[in-house]
Amino acid sequence: MSEPLFELRGVDKSFGAVQVLHGVDFKVYPGQVTALVGDNGAGKSTLVKTMAGIYRADAGEFLFEGKPVHINGPKDSAALGIEVVYQDLALCDNLDIVQNMFLGRETVTGGVLLDELTMEDRARSTLTSLSVRTVKSVRQSVASLSGGQRQTVAIAKAVLWNSRVVLLDEPTAALGVAQTRQVLDLVRRLADQGLGVVLISHNMVDVLEVSDRITALFLGRVAADIKASDTNHSQIVELITAGRSGDIGIPAATAAKSA
Amino acid sequence: MTTHSEDSATGTPTDSPAGTPAAPPPDAGGFSNDASSNTLGEAFKAYVDRIRGGDMGALPAVLGLVVLFIVFSVLRPDTFTSNLNIANLFVQASAISVLAMGLIPVLLLGDIDLSAGVTGGMAAGFAAVSIDRHGQSWPVAVIIGLAVGALVGLVIGTLVAKLGIPAFVVTLAFFLGLQGVTLKLIGLGGTIPVRDDFLRGITIKSMPVTMGWIVVIVLLAIYGGLLFWRQRQLAAKDLHRPPNSLLLVKFAALCVILLGMTAVLSQNRSRVPTFVIQGIPYAVFLVGALLIFWSFVFGRTPYGRHMYAIGGNTEAARRAGISVDRLRISAFVIASSMAATSGIISASYTGKVSPASGAGNALLYAVGAAVIGGTSLFGGKGLIRDGVIGGLVIATIDNGLGLLNQAAYINYIITGSVLLLAASVDAISRRRRSATGT
Repeated sequence: MSEPLFELRGVDKSFGAVQVLHGVDFKVYPGQVTALVGDNGAGKSTLVKTMAGIYRADAGEFLFEGKPVHINGPKDSAALGIEVVYQDLALCDNLDIVQNMFLGRETVTGGVLLDELTMEDRARSTLTSLSVRTVKSVRQSVASLSGGQRQTVAIAKAVLWNSRVVLLDEPTAALGVAQTRQVLDLVRRLADQGLGVVLISHNMVDVLEVSDRITALFLGRVAADIKASDTNHSQIVELITAGRSGDIGIPAATAAKSA
Repeated sequence: MTTHSEDSATGTPTDSPAGTPAAPPPDAGGFSNDASSNTLGEAFKAYVDRIRGGDMGALPAVLGLVVLFIVFSVLRPDTFTSNLNIANLFVQASAISVLAMGLIPVLLLGDIDLSAGVTGGMAAGFAAVSIDRHGQSWPVAVIIGLAVGALVGLVIGTLVAKLGIPAFVVTLAFFLGLQGVTLKLIGLGGTIPVRDDFLRGITIKSMPVTMGWIVVIVLLAIYGGLLFWRQRQLAAKDLHRPPNSLLLVKFAALCVILLGMTAVLSQNRSRVPTFVIQGIPYAVFLVGALLIFWSFVFGRTPYGRHMYAIGGNTEAARRAGISVDRLRISAFVIASSMAATSGIISASYTGKVSPASGAGNALLYAVGAAVIGGTSLFGGKGLIRDGVIGGLVIATIDNGLGLLNQAAYINYIITGSVLLLAASVDAISRRRRSATGT
């Protein structure tokens, strides 16, 4: 097993009196899809937002390529190459694909002029490198895209910036069968390009199919960090709902304490 | 993920005759519509599809303008189409257009500025007072007027962006409050005359005919050059671009319109044989300069792009690192400064500033102009030029109704109806857009 690209050790996070994360260890490996699973309220979103710099961890270490780093805000994580694709996409319907992909980070010439030529070129080559072939024109407004295509654009936007780690928050939640297929293929290709991919999903079939490792959260604790090939559907479901399954998982006593 | 027919879709231009539905197969490789194979016929078909999908752009305004010209020409053939009246119409439109252009940034964000009209009146009042009572020169007066406008915009924008009061309420309060300020400044029943040669000259003087032709032709040459230079750049990298023929047709149409306008305005329009009035009024050039400047800012700079993004999805813009509050404040500053400019143009035209300046239907005219031009009240959609095209429509209605000598109440009813009609077109086209997803 190679060195983790991005690693969290012993991360705690509380909101007031409620402790949401208890000493969470989490590893993201380059070229692998790490699935983050857990029931509602298990702390998945909090963990993602902590990695994205939106929340500050109360305790714990962050390591990037083995070196300790500090993430105090979204800019710090962006500087490390950590990109988040949020569930509600964050695309502007009235702008086209190129404009959306470069939103807030437009390429300019002469200090003020938008460099549309370079932006369109780069957007196109990024989409091509991800083998996105279903989009007719990169100058098409995002409003005219299907759900899967929109998700594709949102992911491509994250990849455009030479990012190293991409966090995907339920990318297939609102998609049909064919579109889910497209997005899962894309997720796999991201990892194959050497990125560390974190996939949050409630769909165990998707998780088992596309991910290399699975980290299950149970009430703010890591219940298990296992290889996807070593586990199965019912074991994950058990880890999510009970925090343990056979001899892996959180000891019953600890689980009861945090409940 | 299909990979078949990839070779046929990329690179080889398809020579399909105009008008044939030569839509590429839906999965014909990536970005098939970006290829250069579009013909004029296909471009026209795409345009018709866009209109059907609810994206009408400036079409209603252009059609409206044509209809209004025909109607008024038939009803008042001797006065409406006279050279003098056409020149008047352009000057009348300039104040409305400038106010409307300034409102478009605010409308793009989905906000509204109901106080822009009275801000313009007040700013013009300060400018006129500084000349008339304090003996200042016109540049100082103009700077004072613009500064007053910018300050009002800053306060409104801060209240809206930082305190989170709806723009509608803040600007309604300013609409009332600023009228009080103007009244205090000028005095009840009083007027401040505007006699300064330069300020009066904006609307009552015209550029010498030869000079006017040169400026218009040079501008067209520069614009045409930029247009085709860009097209060549896009072609060199094989990026998405309109067909050459479409570009030519559009540019030719623009040339015909601008040169035709110059020809009409270059004729002597004086009613007295001993006195010659000819040339393009300076106000028209002022509108043109502002149109070019703001179109550049909103079409070609990151700032403009971010304004559209906020109008489309504020949350997405915020996550992209755009400082939404600052941009919102800047939109109100632009609106109020442009309103001040518009107020000064109005004062130049009427030769005075009164407490009622900008208070009547000025604002409604400007909002109507922007919406008729194709700017959406829902935010995220609109171009600076909408203010100018819509301003011409509104000015034509105002001018034509004036010539018909109708009772004042009819003018109010008709103008109100036009605004309502434009807003309905906007709302319906928005529904169609969300239904068809274009």
